[in-house]
Amino acid sequence: MKRILPWLVPIAILSAWQVGSTLGVIQANVLPAPSAVAEAFWRVARSGELWTNIEVSAWRALVGFAIGGGIGFTLGMLNGLSSLSETLTDSTLQMVRNIPHLALIPLVILWFGIDEEAKIFLVALGVFFPIYVNTQHGVRSVDPHLLEMGRAYGMSRTALFLRVVLPGALPSIFVGLRYGLGIMWLTLIVAETISASSGIGFMAMNAREFMMVDVVVLSILVYAALGKLADSTARLLERTCLAWNPVYAKV
Amino acid sequence: MNMEVLDRVVTPEPRISVIGASVKLQGVTKDFGDHRVLRGIDLTIEPGQFVAVVGRSGCGKSTLLRLVAGLDTPTQGSIAVDHQASGWRDMARLMFQESRLLPWQRVAANVAVGLTHAPNRQERREQAANALREVGLAGREHAWPSVLSGGQKQRVALARALVSHPRLLLLDEPLGALDALTRIEMQELIERVWQEKGFTAVVVTHDVSEAVALADRILMLDDGAVRLDVAVDLPRPRRRGDREAAAIEGRILQQLLQR
Repeated sequence: MKRILPWLVPIAILSAWQVGSTLGVIQANVLPAPSAVAEAFWRVARSGELWTNIEVSAWRALVGFAIGGGIGFTLGMLNGLSSLSETLTDSTLQMVRNIPHLALIPLVILWFGIDEEAKIFLVALGVFFPIYVNTQHGVRSVDPHLLEMGRAYGMSRTALFLRVVLPGALPSIFVGLRYGLGIMWLTLIVAETISASSGIGFMAMNAREFMMVDVVVLSILVYAALGKLADSTARLLERTCLAWNPVYAKV
Repeated sequence: MNMEVLDRVVTPEPRISVIGASVKLQGVTKDFGDHRVLRGIDLTIEPGQFVAVVGRSGCGKSTLLRLVAGLDTPTQGSIAVDHQASGWRDMARLMFQESRLLPWQRVAANVAVGLTHAPNRQERREQAANALREVGLAGREHAWPSVLSGGQKQRVALARALVSHPRLLLLDEPLGALDALTRIEMQELIERVWQEKGFTAVVVTHDVSEAVALADRILMLDDGAVRLDVAVDLPRPRRRGDREAAAIEGRILQQLLQR
């Protein structure tokens, strides 16, 4: 019974939507019926259009995430461990952080046109900050008592990093990871909607030109599904890596 | 047949005993900024001796222990462990007031932290299991620290300190955070392993009765200097509430309160 309960509301909404569309209360050019969206899905899935666009979008998302997240993680670690490095770079980074990265879209289009680089650049920039801030915070919040214990027990610097600092910072890094994943999709949606010749966002904008509302709604649902998939993967990773932590083990 | 005998006949284990390290401090002074915490301490600890250091908070007793552990260096003076002026860190082990276990490692891996020079995995695992058996936690190798009670965590910390067979064990108020009963059990455990293994032990505590229960010799520190140096020559195991022990305790407490 408990497993069915969370599904009741979505099913009710979906049914009401379908019934409303069938009765003509909801007009098809405003919001197509769920069955119409399902049909659209079948159509673009069979033509292969859907899969190529998902592939293109996912590729942009992951490459951007890897670049931005990689740089953010490295700098976060560096600035968490070394105060010299922090003094040098942190205030600059904090200043740049206050510029909304989506505000750079016009500039990015001027620099890269509407090619892949533009989207990847924006995603990387958006993902960079949450990962950077949370990694640095994680390293900073490692229990100094544990570090002292490690030193007293003769751990080398490498051992201290791998056995104390990194696992200690991991819960915070995961917060950054999940936050970064959210920003990754958000950035990509905006970038693809504004300027792209492929990808889910392009599929939606293209369908709009031809008044194919069902495909537009489908694109939005695909974005939602991809976002949910990324978040679930991160949660699974979190649960596996943080099994020692009673807070995560039970979730 | 009596039960006590039955209890004792458990599988015989090979006991590794060591020769305790001697500790010699000469004119040790420690400053933190303008504040002088230790003032020219001269002290010799015999191999295998159990020494307790008592004193009010802020008297410098923990600083003294950290210097002997090699975690910090004296401003003036010298420290020699086993006649070595440096490089003794490997033969000394420190136990803290909090267990300081790595929450992300299981109990066995936490104990293995104490093994800096273990040859291989199999060896590490066996030695960790042995150390856990010694502190009465056999079979808990795969538990996460978060499921253990405070007393059990301190036992794991003790196993981690003992696993490398140190010749000098330093204890920084190791039982301060435990409840009264667990505390007495831990005192008995520490006394037992000390008798079996023969290392030199230095325990810092604010609890005078704990010092009297465990130590051969009690040092009272006051304002960075040794104010009192008392030999406790009572037979072991010591009974709680023993009259002679109470007398020594009273004497030290009186000194501590005089100020």
